[in-house]
Amino acid sequence: MAKPMEKITWQELEAGSVVTEIGNAREYETGSWRSERPVVEASQCIKCGVCWLFCPDACIVRASDGHFEADLTYCKGCGICAKECPVGCITMIAEEG
Amino acid sequence: MLEIRLHGRGGQGAVTSAELIAIAAINKGNFAQAFPSFGPERRGAPVVAFCRVDDKKINIRAKVYKPDVVIVLDPGLLSLLDPTEGMGEGGILIINTKKKPQEVAIAPGRSIKVVTVDANTIATEELGRPIVNTTMLGGFIRATGLIGIDDIKEPLLERFGKKLGERNLKAMERAYQEVSIGE
Amino acid sequence: MARQRKGIEVSIAMADAVAQANVDVIAAYPITPQTHIVEHLSEIVANGELDAEYVPVESEHSAMSVCCGSSAVGARTFTSTSSQGLALMAEIFYIAASMRLPMVMALANRSLSGPLSIWNDHTDTMMVRDAGWIHVFVENGQESYDNVFCGFRISEDPSVMLPLAVNLDGFILTHMIEPVIYEDNETIRKYLPEVRMKNALHPDNPVSMGCFAMPEIYTEAQMGREQGLLDAYPAVVKAWKEWGDLTGRYYRPVETYRTEDAEYCIVTMGSYGETAMEVVDALREEGEKVGVVKIRLWRPFPFEDFRSAVEGKKSLIVVDRAISFGGPGGPVALELRSALYGRPNAPAIVNYVAGLAGRDVARSDFRKIILEGKAKASKGETEGFTLYGLRG
Repeated sequence: MAKPMEKITWQELEAGSVVTEIGNAREYETGSWRSERPVVEASQCIKCGVCWLFCPDACIVRASDGHFEADLTYCKGCGICAKECPVGCITMIAEEG
Repeated sequence: MLEIRLHGRGGQGAVTSAELIAIAAINKGNFAQAFPSFGPERRGAPVVAFCRVDDKKINIRAKVYKPDVVIVLDPGLLSLLDPTEGMGEGGILIINTKKKPQEVAIAPGRSIKVVTVDANTIATEELGRPIVNTTMLGGFIRATGLIGIDDIKEPLLERFGKKLGERNLKAMERAYQEVSIGE
Repeated sequence: MARQRKGIEVSIAMADAVAQANVDVIAAYPITPQTHIVEHLSEIVANGELDAEYVPVESEHSAMSVCCGSSAVGARTFTSTSSQGLALMAEIFYIAASMRLPMVMALANRSLSGPLSIWNDHTDTMMVRDAGWIHVFVENGQESYDNVFCGFRISEDPSVMLPLAVNLDGFILTHMIEPVIYEDNETIRKYLPEVRMKNALHPDNPVSMGCFAMPEIYTEAQMGREQGLLDAYPAVVKAWKEWGDLTGRYYRPVETYRTEDAEYCIVTMGSYGETAMEVVDALREEGEKVGVVKIRLWRPFPFEDFRSAVEGKKSLIVVDRAISFGGPGGPVALELRSALYGRPNAPAIVNYVAGLAGRDVARSDFRKIILEGKAKASKGETEGFTLYGLRG
């Protein structure tokens, strides 16, 4: 687990502020930003991967049967996947308080 | 320390003359500087180049204001400027002209040694063009004895390559022989 | 190449040094008076005499960007610029230091527009004074040549990892033909190890560089830069000492000439130090107790070396080559005043700004500056600065 940035002392920073811990953006859980979530109608999904390609947060994952869905730990609910899906099988649904 | 100023026109190779003197002196184990009057290069415009030679390290980073030797590559410049500016008694003025030293009306009454070389004729005959920067070095070498013809051979050939270098060398040697040295 | 003494233009000697340092990448855009350095390097690479990439970029901004990229993968990197070129690369110039990317730049110092001028002074380098680079000033051709090697050695030292600028006076040095001793390649190999970069970009060891920083971390990142530059000091001193042990030519952060018993000193940076020495020799013969203090390492500023060099002196006459408009005078004098502020018995500082944009400063001018400056100091006229040679 990366140290929260407000706790890092200047001595702990790598020279040039290089980040040497690979993929630690995973620890930044952006799912809490979401007001709408994508819901995939798996039976209509043609498994083309367009949503996977367009997702700006790389949070689309492939399920075991080959269709795609969003990892809600990271999905910010931007709706790009729903907009781009060529068969319209993704619907944005409001998150309920 | 000997300080030299060269007057020429942009494109005539005054800087090359200064460079060859400096490199010959350095190769002999002396210290030297050669540098242009800094600025954009303008073909045909009057330009100045400088050279200093000494047997110890030279620490001056300014132009030459009191030259011991002045070389004028283009006789046409004599009507535009005073080549003896800043020159003290005993200075040597080397001019590219057909005239003899006593016919050159520069610095009468001052103890400045005037040396003339008909460099245009020599360069035209030897190089096919009146590019006199190397020819004038023959006059310089003869008048000052600061370096010898042999000292300048290597830098000259390196600068111009064998074929052109040897023709320049011949022009220089002719100037060395044909120079007129005034009283 | 065997060790040899050559009569050569300083720009060419510097380019030859870059080749001898076996540089991997050169990215530069030609600009007066730096041109001969990069032209000669492009010839060396084109002739196959150096196995390096010469990247002919479309601007200085791109030149510095290429240099950052090549340095980031651990390639030995060189560039050179002047004046407006430096201004155009300023954005990436700062980034190179913040990312701790080692490289060497020959900064052929030239005035900044306007009015448009191509001649020498120190306004360009002062513009990037606070960027976090190491800045070294040289006085002659030999120092220019030597400090290419020392520059790479310092810049790439694992304890440093910072870009370094070798500041040489445009034209006065770049266009000067003078003797330079070339060291043999074996000496260079001994002195200059291969680049070893801890976090170089490599697929086997991925890292992220140039990340964005929130307010929560930016302060810490800047402290890292500050300490990194301060920590470079011992590496600079060590690199110069070892170069001296190999070649007999030693360099120090602050150099002094005839200062031991001097009552007052002229302080210079760059090639003016040489003329100043010449004039001090003449004044000494007339009984003036004057010496020369030369600032060689400008960043990190060698406060302690400077203070000990001027200890006990009555006054310092500081010759600047740039103006901090609307400020207290020249940047060097400003630095020296702050280095001495509040210290008991600190020498008085009189500041001259001279030689702007190539106006020649001859021996007679130095003489005038020194004697007039001494008189000003004794009368307590130490405020502000004097623009030497100003008409009107």
